Amino acid sequence: MSNIISVKDMSLWYGDHQALKNVNIEIPEKSITAFIGPSGCGKSTFLKTLNRMNDLIPGVKITGDIRYEGTDIFSKEVDVNNLRKEIGMVFQKPNPFPMSIYDNIAYGPRTHGITNKVELDEIVERALRDAAIWDETKDRLKKNALGMSGGQQQRLCIARALAVQPNILLMDEPTSALDPISTSRIEELVVELKEKYTIVMVTHNMQQAVRVSDYTAFFLLGELVEFDKTDDIFSQPRDKRTEDYITGRFG
Amino acid sequence: MLNQSLSKKRKGFEVLMKALMLLSVGLTAALVLFLLIYVLGQGVPNITWELLSTKPSYLTEKIGILPDILNTVYIVLATLLIVLPLGVGAAIYLTEYASNKKVVGIIEYAAETLSGIPSIIYGLVGMLLFSNSMGTCLMAGALTLVIMNLPTIMRTTQESLKTVPQSYREGAFGLGAGKWRVVRTVVLPGCVDGVITGCILSVGRILGESAALLFTAGFAHALNGIIDGLAAPGATLTVALYVYAKEQGEFGVAFAIAAILMVLTVLINFAATLVQKHFAKRRSL
Repeated sequence: MSNIISVKDMSLWYGDHQALKNVNIEIPEKSITAFIGPSGCGKSTFLKTLNRMNDLIPGVKITGDIRYEGTDIFSKEVDVNNLRKEIGMVFQKPNPFPMSIYDNIAYGPRTHGITNKVELDEIVERALRDAAIWDETKDRLKKNALGMSGGQQQRLCIARALAVQPNILLMDEPTSALDPISTSRIEELVVELKEKYTIVMVTHNMQQAVRVSDYTAFFLLGELVEFDKTDDIFSQPRDKRTEDYITGRFG
Repeated sequence: MLNQSLSKKRKGFEVLMKALMLLSVGLTAALVLFLLIYVLGQGVPNITWELLSTKPSYLTEKIGILPDILNTVYIVLATLLIVLPLGVGAAIYLTEYASNKKVVGIIEYAAETLSGIPSIIYGLVGMLLFSNSMGTCLMAGALTLVIMNLPTIMRTTQESLKTVPQSYREGAFGLGAGKWRVVRTVVLPGCVDGVITGCILSVGRILGESAALLFTAGFAHALNGIIDGLAAPGATLTVALYVYAKEQGEFGVAFAIAAILMVLTVLINFAATLVQKHFAKRRSL
């Protein structure tokens, strides 16, 4: 299996505070990679660097090399908007726009120049089907998305991200704001999605990492401590700190 | 033991303070009510269809305020047409684009200060800036009002922009939308209420403005279309009120105008509240 993202010696500062130290990682294609670690360890920061969402935060400085399919994502030739089209994102709190369900899904495609109604209809249906929310929404596409439940909203946000046909989907603790039933539906969905997409998700929940992911990266204090197959990380961690964390000695 | 006399003293004090405050509120309410009743009582009987629908004529010695009503409408439209894009644009730049927070802070502070300056100063500046070059005309008045209302529109829009959740912006950026698309499709729709509220407040301010217009827009009561009207001197309702009361001693007409302005003010405040309620409801959905 080939690697879709490769990161070399990447460090990140918020002003004077170094949030990430010399991170090196190769993320395999069409698989689920989970980032775990205690709060403030830099896992979300790292995730947001991968599609340059950190550009929005003033005072962030990044060194090192991040390549997506071999291209340096910080190079001048890379249009950040196209990068984010390739590398989509789902946020911690469901954040549908205050518009109809249809317009939410169509937002991305429209952004990238698709105006044909028939084509949009197809994309919307496919995205909603892929996110396993079509049956619940097909009769109320014109209704405001804010009227849905939290779990539905999050699946809508996943559908919205899928509608621009990304290669990679970054998920920042996508279930932390949801109830257990919604959580398990999203977990099932994520496992299905890896057939077509590469998924990188930050999770606070170690069981979730075990249930869902193929690979796990453990972050601590801005360092990537260990990265391996999920089964190996949780059965025979090589680093003492990883072992302490997954056995619940801290964090 | 319980000190009876002290507790009596405290109780007396409580009663006294309550009475004093009741007196204040009573006086305030009475003043407002008196003003309302007096102005409406003096004004409403003088409002006739003839007054509203004609222009003043020296031949028949009749007074009509149609030109003043139209002038007011023209100046409101012209001012809003110019001030809206400027104010909203500035607000968007300051909130969404500007990265130097210090400069933004200074501009915000300057805007706050500007909105507290007595309007006669705007009038003086407007006269030198606009009336001297384009002559005394409604347009010169409108431009002066633009400067006056710019801070209001800018600040209300800015405040409203700040209430648009950051997560909307993130969501849109995450889909690969560029800055302007994010602003146009996600941020602006979320701050329409602020823009509308700013507009309504500005209209109120324009209606009530006299000092700045005395310098710049003039006193004429000619009946004009909007284009000619803006190029010609003209009195708005408030200025007309001043002229009729102070220079012609026509107090009946002055009070009629006063009553009209007062009703308009109430309507405007009512509209502002309605808009805010409407959008608050939509937001909580």
